[in-house]
Amino acid sequence: MNRPELVCPAGTPSAMRTAVDAGADAVYCGFQNATNARNFPGLNFTIPELEKSVAHAHAGDTKVLLAVNTFPPAGKVNLWKEAVDEGARIGVDAFIVADIGVADYIHKNHPEIRLHLSVQAAASTPEAIKFYCREFNVKRVVLPRILTVPEIKNMADEIPCEIETFIFGNHGLMVEGRCSLTNYITGLSTNMDGVCSPAADVQYIKDDAGNMTTKLGEFTIDCFSCDENAGYPTICKGRYLTPAHDGAYYAFEEPISLNLSTLLPDLMAAGVTALKIEGRQRSRAYVKSVVSAYRKAVDSIMAGGEPEISGLLALTEGQKETQGAFKSKTWR
Amino acid sequence: MSNLAEFKAAIGQDMTHTNPTPEISASSPHLARWMPPAPLFMLQPILRRIVKRVARENPDMFGRLGPHYKANFVIDPMNLPFVLLLRPDPDNLFLRAYRRRDLPDHDAKISGKFLDLLMLVDGDVDGDALFFARELTITGNTEAVVCLRNALDDVDGSIASDVANMFGPVGRTTLSALRRAKQRQTSN
Amino acid sequence: MKTQLTIAPILFHWSPEQKLDFYARIADEAPVDVVYLGEVICSKRTPFFEKHYDEVAERLTRGGKKVVFSTLSEVMLKRERNMVAGFCELEDYELEVNDSSALWHLEGKSYRIGSLMNVYNEDTMTYLVGKGATHFSLPSEMPGDSVAVLAARAKELGVTTEVQVFGRASLALSARCYHARAHGRIKDNCQFVCEQDPDGMPLNTVDKQEFLTVNGIQTLSQSYLNLLGDLAGMQEMGITHYRLVPHTQDMVAVANIFRNALDGTVSVEESMQDLSDLDIPAPFSNGFWHGQPGHQWIDQTPTT
Repeated sequence: MNRPELVCPAGTPSAMRTAVDAGADAVYCGFQNATNARNFPGLNFTIPELEKSVAHAHAGDTKVLLAVNTFPPAGKVNLWKEAVDEGARIGVDAFIVADIGVADYIHKNHPEIRLHLSVQAAASTPEAIKFYCREFNVKRVVLPRILTVPEIKNMADEIPCEIETFIFGNHGLMVEGRCSLTNYITGLSTNMDGVCSPAADVQYIKDDAGNMTTKLGEFTIDCFSCDENAGYPTICKGRYLTPAHDGAYYAFEEPISLNLSTLLPDLMAAGVTALKIEGRQRSRAYVKSVVSAYRKAVDSIMAGGEPEISGLLALTEGQKETQGAFKSKTWR
Repeated sequence: MSNLAEFKAAIGQDMTHTNPTPEISASSPHLARWMPPAPLFMLQPILRRIVKRVARENPDMFGRLGPHYKANFVIDPMNLPFVLLLRPDPDNLFLRAYRRRDLPDHDAKISGKFLDLLMLVDGDVDGDALFFARELTITGNTEAVVCLRNALDDVDGSIASDVANMFGPVGRTTLSALRRAKQRQTSN
Repeated sequence: MKTQLTIAPILFHWSPEQKLDFYARIADEAPVDVVYLGEVICSKRTPFFEKHYDEVAERLTRGGKKVVFSTLSEVMLKRERNMVAGFCELEDYELEVNDSSALWHLEGKSYRIGSLMNVYNEDTMTYLVGKGATHFSLPSEMPGDSVAVLAARAKELGVTTEVQVFGRASLALSARCYHARAHGRIKDNCQFVCEQDPDGMPLNTVDKQEFLTVNGIQTLSQSYLNLLGDLAGMQEMGITHYRLVPHTQDMVAVANIFRNALDGTVSVEESMQDLSDLDIPAPFSNGFWHGQPGHQWIDQTPTT
């Protein structure tokens, strides 16, 4: 069994240092603009910050993967090319991309730098992945969180590149890279602007009884009674009404986080090269706990032991965790 | 005023009455033990020193605030009898305590238990996790709060330790007592 | 080139009889140029209508319509992969591709790009034209100013462009079936509950505001896109094809309204009135086109 690469989120330079110190094999990050899919206020890196951070990461033998994984709208492609050129100059170890035009630009202009296919490209079949490998020499694909472990194993047998899978964090069933729910409500696009439920459009309204209403733009997306755990203020995690269902319900998915700690040995045996922790929008406290826990678990498996991860539940959305699609198909 | 008194005032705790395992729930019968020394005006110069110190040590954090450096944040430690008003404008820093009944005008309000807020500022606890558990409430301009959170989270090391250091060994002792209390509370 | 009116694939789960009636009327009565056939949302629905495709395609062709087959938008299972591979062997009809799986099979062939594929910029367009793409149906969330750039590039490259101008807008695809979920089921034992909602299942907020529409694994807008007021500008940009998404309303009437508006034989105000008279049970929206929240209606009162 090969030692898998632990790929960890870095929303800020401090979070990146925390991840490196906690034992990340690789960190992923983005610039402070629409070129990456976590274009949130106050998050991400300026060019000088990335320069310093890459030097520190490399000194700790940690790779830096730059997410340039949104879809540039026509007429604005230059911003993405600049991000790529800066990343190349700074010496990032790979680009994570979703857009065909961006992939082509990197393939032609920076062929020496590895290309990883972002989950935002929504490549879920061997054929789709082989297309990107054939056209752009993609070295690794980040798989959507919708495949079972046996399906991942089959995938590994059929494709000519490495596999990276999510093991912890946000559990989304919406096909990434194909969602314009946020744009429908706020006028900002997940694909083109890199935002999802932009904070500027989110409002929390608490009543005297302690109930909290969450609004996105002019629409109510959920209402939590005072003793209920909450989730992210995204449309896909809200509760709604429909005639076919009795009362408000989580029409898309419940606030819940993915935690695959007990499936790690199976994933590693299935041929997964890299294990990804979601959460560039999370704090360095989160990065520290989750990365350290998974560092220990992976090392323990490599030494022939059992993965043991406890104490991460508090960090999960809705304070609930799942093995999601990786275990079975009954969630569909 | 001694360092001890200043630091106790800064964290809103009077050590002389401290229970060995301080209760930090708002409904706690020991709430009285968490009262800061009145009057509030004694707190104001300390707050000014804290905010200036943090800003001096971490000049880069202001970039993450974007347009929200002029926003007025109310920080509401719900189990204490006062709130803080913060305006993180590097040219005109402002941190001041107000009685809750005199709640000042503000753009956003962040409410939680005092120790949770302290750990949040310090990067010791994840804000999203507190939010999921309903231990943290945000009202007003959500984007401004997210920016402030990200700005503080990018500060390496511990703001609370920096502040504690301002008050010498006594400050450090008090902070570790607080942290132990929090740990006990979390593991219970 | 005269602007062309197209009928998108039927997104919802209509019965075979409903579909046959619909296409018969389109073939005989609707002033449309291109009709896209095929199930693009859920592979489980395909067996119901597969045997009718030959007959429908032939009838539409006889009615003077060009027939194009659309591929599945979400491909995961072996069965779905085989379906896509099969379509890519098709020789008698053009193919509209909705997932990158198809691109693997279509090396060296020509094809159309569907609106559920992510073509957002001129570089991606140029690349795909080099690989055989001849026509681009653009994502409905794209603002007009970006579409203008793409339309200009398409003209240079000698390919055509299409924009949805009527019907609910596709907003998201999922791995999970939300129709089944609403009925307490999962996709594997869904019993085709989606058939109950021929224009999709309404999803409203807890305070009873109309919000979204569910169609199996797809989430659509509650509002209907209506770009009648923007057609003139779109024609100026050089958009060649105008897409109508089929609903249970009188689509022949809808096609006539848009044809007349495109030709300028009926004014925008009158066309707007005609469309309102169809009593569509949802508001209109055009926010995406104007770079605003998609659900919004930006008033386009013409100045002339």
